[in-house]
Amino acid sequence: MRAAEPVSGTTDQAVPEVPVYLRRDEFTPSPDLGRLREAGRVERVTTPFGATAWLLTRHDDVRAVLADSTRFSNAVRDVPQPPELDDLTEDERAPLRFGNLLGLDPPEHTRLRRTLTGEFTVRRMRALEPRVRRIVDEQLEKMARKGPPLDLVTEYGLLVPSLVICELLGVPASDRAAFNAQTIRLIDVSVPIRERLRVGRELRDYMSDLAERARLAPGDDIIGMLIREHGRDLTHPELAGLANFLLLAGHETTANMLSLGTLALLRHPAQLARMRDDPAAVAPGVEELLRWLSVVQAPVARQVREDTEFGGVRIPAGDLVLLSLPAANRDPAAVARPDELDIGRGAVGHLAFGHGVHHCIGAPLARMELNVGLPALLQRFPGLRIEPDGVGFRPSHVFYGLSQLVVSW
Amino acid sequence: MTERLLVDPDVCIGAGLCVVAQPRVFDQDEDGIVTVRVESPPLDDDIRQAVATCPSGALSLRDDGSP
Ligand code: HEM
Ligand code: HEM
Ligand code: SF4
Repeated sequence: MRAAEPVSGTTDQAVPEVPVYLRRDEFTPSPDLGRLREAGRVERVTTPFGATAWLLTRHDDVRAVLADSTRFSNAVRDVPQPPELDDLTEDERAPLRFGNLLGLDPPEHTRLRRTLTGEFTVRRMRALEPRVRRIVDEQLEKMARKGPPLDLVTEYGLLVPSLVICELLGVPASDRAAFNAQTIRLIDVSVPIRERLRVGRELRDYMSDLAERARLAPGDDIIGMLIREHGRDLTHPELAGLANFLLLAGHETTANMLSLGTLALLRHPAQLARMRDDPAAVAPGVEELLRWLSVVQAPVARQVREDTEFGGVRIPAGDLVLLSLPAANRDPAAVARPDELDIGRGAVGHLAFGHGVHHCIGAPLARMELNVGLPALLQRFPGLRIEPDGVGFRPSHVFYGLSQLVVSW
Repeated sequence: MTERLLVDPDVCIGAGLCVVAQPRVFDQDEDGIVTVRVESPPLDDDIRQAVATCPSGALSLRDDGSP
């Protein structure tokens, strides 16, 4: 969204280092994060863009900040932009903001968010479920025909959420292959940011065309619904922006959960068997995977609006705070045996979807995709196993994930 | 002292977690905003769970002042 990614770590080392809140050893967040949390310490980190932010790690603190959009604002002002974006003209910059729910505070946020909430009700998700099931089954069938070994990240994890979003947004079947290729490029961190911005622009133009066509003949999808019900409140750029934002927010997050979730289960065979064989184990299992994996490592940074204090440190208005979701979700003050994956542990109130007014609007959809997609994969390929050297964790990024997961069956 | 469930639809962000926690009591309208299906429901654990997890603060328990 914007400039707030700290680079400094907790330990002094000469080599430029991945910031502490993005550092992991496979599934395990950096032990430095746990140390900060246990000591109740709040540490200052420097962003690559020259700004500094305070890192919060305790479950209570993280939840309290997310719950209070008055004192902790998403509409960040006067903070340096990423250097890659410095030479963007205002015309190039403006579209990045359209539809960006995560850059707004109430009441502007409330107005825009409420146009979408009707699309993500539990009831609508139930109606969408058969379509998601079909997408999942078709993808599994393709994999079966292709035969092992294959990479689950590209053949399953990335494709299912993208196809679901196409379905949701009403992308015509004939455009889906090209659309998928573009979205996967857009979220690929190894692609230079300039190129990603170009792809982003193309996708926005595409969304804009889609919205244009939908104005003439609104369909049964989100864009059609937004036009029918909010056509007069939403400007065209807002409409295209919202569609684009849903794509960005719902693609990589869910993709990483599918791939990482599968790997986590392969490493815990008894729990895998329960997820595969016991339908009652699936929904709580997905919640535990969401907690334990915390694929969104940090929500967008919040700006403090009035002087405040954490861990005995005074934080003045105008400063930024960054929140570590993996640290909060593994806080022993909130969860017993936090570092253990235990799909039978029951509801613990994790923060993997955030909290407060920006709580993930796509959570019911993501949950459904995972509830359908994980057991279906395990049932279709009961002999699923990892190929030698088949696992690649992605270099650290705000969305944690795998670069590859090569499997056979 | 008795507790009562308070629901503030103006604050609700339509996350639907209440419906997941206790579908007999909570529902969502066309716009995804919380509605209550039963007046003064008995405060079972599922309702308490819904109140605790509601991300927007739209649900709360208040002492209604009665003995
Ligand atoms: C229209 C939608 C979006 C656009 C155009 C967008 C664009 C960007 C850009 C340009 C950056 C900085 C450069 C970079 O590191 O790649 C960034 C950073 C970031 N984005 Fe997004 N993004 C969008 C949606 C989202 C969503 C939905 C989430 C979370 C669920 C998210 C979370 C983040 C985070 C955590 C950062 C790191 C910087 C920070 O903490 O503020 N973004 N985004
Ligand atoms: C397992 C998958 C997902 C995870 C872990 C996830 C996580 C998150 C988190 C942590 C936030 C809050 C960010 C913040 O407060 O700064 C968020 C916001 C958001 N997510 Fe998700 N998300 C997922 C899937 C989806 C899907 C499938 C969609 C939609 C198709 C979606 C749409 C959004 C939107 C629109 C927001 C911004 C809400 C707002 O600002 O009001 N997400 N997500
Ligand atoms: S859990 Fe809270 S925010 Fe979500 S629908 Fe229910 S009342 Fe609204």
